[in-house]
Amino acid sequence: MSSNNLPEPSYLEYKGRFKGLFAWIFSTDHKRIGLLYLYSIMTFFIVGAILGLLMKFELIAPGKTIMDAKTYNGIFTLHGITMIFLIVIPGLPAVFGNFFLPILIGAKDVAFPRLNLLSWWIYIFGAVVALSSQFLGDGPPDTGWTFYAPYSFKTTTNMLPAVMGAFILGFSSILTGLNFIVTIHRMRAPGMTWLKMPLFPWTLYGTAWIQLLATPIVGITLLMIVAERTLQIGFFDPALGGDPVLYQHLFWIYSHPAVYIMILPAMGVISEILPTFARKPIFGYKAIVVSTILIAFIGYFVWGHHMFTAGMSGTAQFAFSFLTFLVAIPSAIKVFNWISTLYKGSIQLRTPFYWAASFIFVFMIGGLTGLVLGSVATNVHVHDTAFVVAHFHFIVFGGVGFAFLAALHYWFPKIYGRTFDEGMANTGWVIFFIGFLFLYFPMFILGLKGMPRRYFDYVQDFHGLNIVSSMGAVLMIFGFFLLFINLVRSARFGKPASKNPWGGPTLEWQIASPPTVENFDKIPKITKGPYDFTNVKPD
Amino acid sequence: MSSAVHRDDIGSKIGMWLFIFTELLFFGGLFIVYSVYRFKNPVAFHLAAEELDVMIGTVNTVILLISSMTVAMSITAVQLGERKRAILLLSITVILALVFLVNKYFEWSSKIGHGIYPGSETLIELGTGEVLFFGLYFSMTGLHALHLLIGVTILIVMLAKVINSSVNTGYFVQLENSGLYWHLVDLIWIFLFPLFYLIS
Repeated sequence: MSSNNLPEPSYLEYKGRFKGLFAWIFSTDHKRIGLLYLYSIMTFFIVGAILGLLMKFELIAPGKTIMDAKTYNGIFTLHGITMIFLIVIPGLPAVFGNFFLPILIGAKDVAFPRLNLLSWWIYIFGAVVALSSQFLGDGPPDTGWTFYAPYSFKTTTNMLPAVMGAFILGFSSILTGLNFIVTIHRMRAPGMTWLKMPLFPWTLYGTAWIQLLATPIVGITLLMIVAERTLQIGFFDPALGGDPVLYQHLFWIYSHPAVYIMILPAMGVISEILPTFARKPIFGYKAIVVSTILIAFIGYFVWGHHMFTAGMSGTAQFAFSFLTFLVAIPSAIKVFNWISTLYKGSIQLRTPFYWAASFIFVFMIGGLTGLVLGSVATNVHVHDTAFVVAHFHFIVFGGVGFAFLAALHYWFPKIYGRTFDEGMANTGWVIFFIGFLFLYFPMFILGLKGMPRRYFDYVQDFHGLNIVSSMGAVLMIFGFFLLFINLVRSARFGKPASKNPWGGPTLEWQIASPPTVENFDKIPKITKGPYDFTNVKPD
Repeated sequence: MSSAVHRDDIGSKIGMWLFIFTELLFFGGLFIVYSVYRFKNPVAFHLAAEELDVMIGTVNTVILLISSMTVAMSITAVQLGERKRAILLLSITVILALVFLVNKYFEWSSKIGHGIYPGSETLIELGTGEVLFFGLYFSMTGLHALHLLIGVTILIVMLAKVINSSVNTGYFVQLENSGLYWHLVDLIWIFLFPLFYLIS
């Protein structure tokens, strides 16, 4: 673009057609869009976390503590909708996928930059519609984020915006997935064969297919709920011949694969971080690629394990239980590969490594307790108890959340061109990690003892562990606050970062920090695998 | 941002195909609901299907098939540089699509005139199987009509682009993608027609 000898301006400083805020919200640069998602998701995360904290305050003692049952129902519904649809599903692909997918495959942008910007706008629109359900009409929705029929069209609360919001957000997710698939097929740098592609793009590829093929099912299902409420169409209304269990099937046909939309990119991030800090190529690259595809594929056929108690034949229970155990195998393969990557590595204990290592720890607990839920007999015992809540928070928050923060710390110097204070970041991590374990681990025990989920009240026997859990929540939020402040401050005042502060082998560490608008002066020619450490040193 | 505009026709077409997959799965949800309820209410679905006018359904099927042919021919015409023929063929496509919608309008209004629409008293008296059949009939053909409306809007835009030559022998991927979308609309109807009108 410029033919003079001045250094190219970074994407943060680049002056385009618009000025100020407009230069961001109308930018089609994948890096700026990634940051738009980052800021929106962080904002919604703070809202969701405060809602979660309120629930924990309510549960600190039996009986009514700070809110009544109806408010509690509204709050756990909004907590679920915000966290699932606004944060965890878009999370890693929209933020780090947008920012780093093109760079990792040696491209200047995604395949459809304008569509990419449109996805963000649809996301914001969907978020506004979903959140408006809290303030309009007859009170906040109280069905939980699953919108189970027939209650979702019988309740007088303000369901429509919540359901429509989730529907709109689905479009954003589909378009991002579509964009990534075409980008990966068409825009890899010359020489980057499929098996020379880094693992984060591989997991984004698996995720993108799930986004594309599973999201439309929940889209149409949510539309049916809308039709049910507005036109009395009767699909899920037993009074009109419909079948509420059919709704659950359709909902989970999407919403179980959605868990893999969340966790696959998290696995990709961990597979990027561990080699860098072990200074050793990833162990079993091909096994990780194959297990990624297997998870994406088998993940479609396990949805029934959410419904073991909803009315299902013994054969179906057996099949879904078997498939659930099957999908655990590729996940375990990945854990073995990560551990083997560390074996005999020259491990450097830096902040992103702490996050990645703690990810493996919480992911294993979350994964193994998932098998307790996947086996029919134990599932019936802990169904709809705090055990389920603990399990999916270990996976969705412990897994995806830890990976998100790992990615944020790992790529922070590249994104902002500044380093952060590692001492404070590590303190934040320790407090967050301990708080996390105190918050969610007691819930496993509470669930096994029979404490049901989604109630604002409980019997006296459960009091002690609930106090521990609520204290853990406070500790965790404090840890988050520390690391958040640290990052915000460092983004402004941190020391300038070098090209490759951690000594990473992949393409993003070969370009300027922060990257220029076009990422690469010249599109690189790829001759070696992604995790080759020959001549790679931290600078 | 880049001054050299990135152009990748194959990439655009892959994108369109992926979008078509999502559309198929979107309708797939309704097809699943249809098969479940048909299996549960075979007799009611049989009787309710006889209420539908096979004639209008057949005419509409033929209309859509011909329109799919004309849109495909218009793409070839653009590729060969026969702009006038392409304009004619695209106009025929648009007109056929509008005729389809007019037929649909008469069909729906006669049903609604007889008191058959979701939530109506008459329908609920008929029984739960009929409620589900007509619920599915209205939602599936309605959603299809919505797609058709979007499709015809896209075709009108394409027609304008062919007229002002911004779609031409050198650049016609937009028209190809619109054609693909139009075939999707056609394809879904090909499945809706026998499911609602013919199997009775």
